[in-house]
Amino acid sequence: MHVAVCVKQIPDPSVAPRLDASFHLERTAKILLDEADAYGVELALQLVESAGQGQVTLVSMGRDSDVTGIRGALAMGATSAIVVSDEGLRGADALTTAKVLASVLAELNADLVLAATESSDGYTGTVPAQIAELLGLPALTFATTVQVADSTVTVHRQTEDGFDEVRAPLPAVVTVTAGAVEPRYANFKGIMAAKSKTIEVRSLNDLGLSALAQAWGEEVVGVTPSPSRQAGTTIVDDGQAVSALVDYLDSIKVL
Amino acid sequence: MTTLWVLCEPKGSGVSTTSLELVSEARRLDGDVTAVTWGDHDVATELGRHGVSTLWHLGSFADQLPAAPVAAALAALLADQDIDGIVIPASYDGRDIAGRLSARMDRPVLTNVTGLLVDGGLVTEHPLFGGTMNARARVTSPGVAIIVVRPKSFAIEDRGAGAATVIPAPTVSSTVAVASIVHSSITERSGPALEDASIVVSGGRGLGEASAYALVEELAQLLGAAPGASRAIVDAGWVPYAYQVGQTGKTVKPTLYIACGISGATQHLVGMKGAQHIVAINTDKDAPIFAIADFGIVGDAKAILPQLIAALRARV
Ligand SMILES: Cc1cc2nc3c(=O)[nH]c(=O)nc-3n(C[C@H](O)[C@H](O)[C@H](O)COP(=O)(O)OP(=O)(O)OC[C@H]3O[C@@H](n4cnc5c(N)ncnc54)[C@H](O)[C@@H]3O)c2cc1C
Repeated sequence: MHVAVCVKQIPDPSVAPRLDASFHLERTAKILLDEADAYGVELALQLVESAGQGQVTLVSMGRDSDVTGIRGALAMGATSAIVVSDEGLRGADALTTAKVLASVLAELNADLVLAATESSDGYTGTVPAQIAELLGLPALTFATTVQVADSTVTVHRQTEDGFDEVRAPLPAVVTVTAGAVEPRYANFKGIMAAKSKTIEVRSLNDLGLSALAQAWGEEVVGVTPSPSRQAGTTIVDDGQAVSALVDYLDSIKVL
Repeated sequence: MTTLWVLCEPKGSGVSTTSLELVSEARRLDGDVTAVTWGDHDVATELGRHGVSTLWHLGSFADQLPAAPVAAALAALLADQDIDGIVIPASYDGRDIAGRLSARMDRPVLTNVTGLLVDGGLVTEHPLFGGTMNARARVTSPGVAIIVVRPKSFAIEDRGAGAATVIPAPTVSSTVAVASIVHSSITERSGPALEDASIVVSGGRGLGEASAYALVEELAQLLGAAPGASRAIVDAGWVPYAYQVGQTGKTVKPTLYIACGISGATQHLVGMKGAQHIVAINTDKDAPIFAIADFGIVGDAKAILPQLIAALRARV
């Protein structure tokens, strides 16, 4: 079984994000693997392990100057990685990202393509569906459990009021929610093995997609601070806080 | 003149609340609203009442994920239309449909939209960094803009108009293998629905353990409120996903939101900062939730909640 996992390296989310003059996220913070992607990597490893054989290929778009996050996923056990890196993709929109990833995925021809439901920094949340459409594949999105048997994938898909059990033939695209599986920590052996695993870097030109460079059809025209909510009163609980809270609830007429 | 079409998502025997919000906003921007829907129920009366004059019906698509067939039929329909944009609810299916439509039509998609305005063309507003900043974006290449709008961005307006005229759209067969819905499971919950409740009491990791969530439920019941949760405790399995408030959960806009043991991460805040009044209980005086709370208590939620419950019980 060959599972491809779309992963993204993002600036450390614990560092407050900032925008540069052209409204792109400043990438000065440490670059990490998006935590949301760890679930897809773990699931891929589990599926290949239970199939008895196969490989897990990581596919990513982003700068190749720092690939620590990708190495981390290889240390978890993924087989190899392909990173598409090109100055012409800086600030790329969701559709361009999907076209780039789909072009690599088309070549890999994996049985299953996994991705997170959305990235933690951009959270457009449309890239997996765009990839599925570009590849002509079904997409089972927002999966909380995933099972593969007899060339069929079955998932529990989150809904507004519970879940649906959804099924499609392979190959398919599946997006996994946080909590679907428990990502493993890379052990020493994994970390050592990852050092010699292949991270193949490709440019737009290598993919025959030079026309995509800086060619997306949307732009940010401005960013302004939102009218902020004023903080109200904060009191320290000294045993009397509840009666003050009840007075407050009375004053806003909700009791 | 800006022409916006609205994709209306079926829900129960009608359409989703977000669909009605989008219809109401489209009606404010453009006098004559065209909507598109699918499914097995007649929604022409409900949509007509909210201002839709023409309603395209794409097909039934029962027992399958609708994204692929809806996007295929919608792309074919839009190919012959000279419109500025199509607005789509930011739901699970809405997001998938928008993604597929974008790929099929080779058009960009603008997501997480909370505002629309016309300023030399259609401009979308997007909250950034938990809503502390607001970005404005627009589509630069000629053609339809695909716009995914978050729930509770616009008020619903009932215009009391007659039923919309329904036109069946040409059938288009999608070449994508069907994703079948084998079974649907609904999480039973008592009290008002989270999205519609006028009071929401939410719990987070600060409650310490799953059993302490009972305090949140008890307070909610006393107040006629819906219990909610941060993602931390949904991921931990304390409560079902249907309770989650935030970017990847529900957007709520109640009169009162009470956050117990919730830090106030930006992804939580985008789902609740539209509440009229916010109360926060947290042991950390520097927790970000206090920056947007109208009334904050620095204290232990597990001590304060039982006292509050007792005080409220004593009043009735
Ligand atoms: C892509 C993405 C999407 C996300 N979507 C969502 C979403 O939809 N909704 C969401 O909520 N989160 C979401 N998150 C997660 C979010 O970033 C936070 O991790 C999460 O909201 C934290 O939950 P919490 O406040 O319960 O836990 P914590 O951040 O751990 O906070 C616990 C708080 O409890 C306080 N506390 C501890 N003990 C007590 C006590 N005894 N009494 C009172 N207070 C106490 C602590 O001071 C702390 O402030 C998302 C994250 C990502 C990356």
